[in-house]
Amino acid sequence: MSPIFVIILMAVVTIGPRIIPAFIVDLIKFPNWVGRWLEAVPYAALGALIFPGILNVLPDRPLVGLIGGIVAIVLSLLRVHTVLIVLGASAVVYFML
Amino acid sequence: MAATALVFTNTQASLNFMNLVKFDDGIFVMSYNFFDHKKIGGYREKIDRGGVAMQAKLQIKKGLAVGIPIMLGYFPIAVTYGVIAQQAGLSLLELTSMSVLVYAGAAQFMGTNMLAIGAGSIEIILATFVLNFRHFVLSLSFMHRARAFPLRWKALLAMGLTDESFSVASTQPKALQEDKGYYFYIALFTGAYLSWITGSFLGGIVGDIMPSSISQSLGIALYAMFIALLVPAIKSNVRYGLIACLAMLLNYGFSKIWQEGWSIVLATVTASFLGIFLIRRED
Repeated sequence: MSPIFVIILMAVVTIGPRIIPAFIVDLIKFPNWVGRWLEAVPYAALGALIFPGILNVLPDRPLVGLIGGIVAIVLSLLRVHTVLIVLGASAVVYFML
Repeated sequence: MAATALVFTNTQASLNFMNLVKFDDGIFVMSYNFFDHKKIGGYREKIDRGGVAMQAKLQIKKGLAVGIPIMLGYFPIAVTYGVIAQQAGLSLLELTSMSVLVYAGAAQFMGTNMLAIGAGSIEIILATFVLNFRHFVLSLSFMHRARAFPLRWKALLAMGLTDESFSVASTQPKALQEDKGYYFYIALFTGAYLSWITGSFLGGIVGDIMPSSISQSLGIALYAMFIALLVPAIKSNVRYGLIACLAMLLNYGFSKIWQEGWSIVLATVTASFLGIFLIRRED
């Protein structure tokens, strides 16, 4: 298969799972508990996306990602703006390289 | 324009600013409506449409501003992707169309790598499916909240859903209730999408322009953004923190057994399911 054909099929299998829920929620009325389940998804997803992935920021030095993450937590607790949290954590990693 | 740069997220500073915008535009719209209803009734439809367009424009502005952290985080990763894909032998057209059509960071890196080592097409497509299946769960969660939106808007928004756009959108539920709220989300998603495409294209053209120290340190950008989204949520409700920690532990365990894609899906589904009981106990 030519690369462009592979790319198109990659797009199909990616867009399918993304778009199907848009139609499902119109067709099915979910019971209450499913609604509560789906409401908890963002927080569970954030947790799973952060850890242990953050340890691989520098694949051979997990401590760097960990320290960068702690800096981000501290800055968030201080209610610093999101953009500054992103730049702050990146700066910390830069100095640990 | 200088003022627009001040609205990024729902922090206090930006709330003040949004009020300011609302004040400006609100006064403007209100005076229009007043004018129209009391004085020149014949122009009503035309003027109402003006108010609607203004509401959409305001939502777009807010959405773009809230999307700035994602754009910042995506750009260096997209440039890196462009460079790697170009070195792996993909043409500029191929690597850019992968960003346009697939629009999923991890899957694109993996797909490029597999194409380069001459892996089978079926294998690449299956691996992409596994890696991106988590979007089904994320999309279901967001679409459930946005179910009042017209179907064509839901379908359009669903196509722009990524880990990052979903996470930011989920922490910005206000626009779900607002008039023309879908413009807010479409602007947020489109900003991220364009940053991803532009970065990939530039990476593919100019090659390795970014010093590796910069791109390596920006590798933490999206994680820092996720943390910045999670911490205020935990502060508002501790059980969100419990759900997130549970998902972290589960993902850590699962990632030792399964591929990253499945591991994230299973950890998210399990931890959020257990969240039902946490939520019920507090009710």
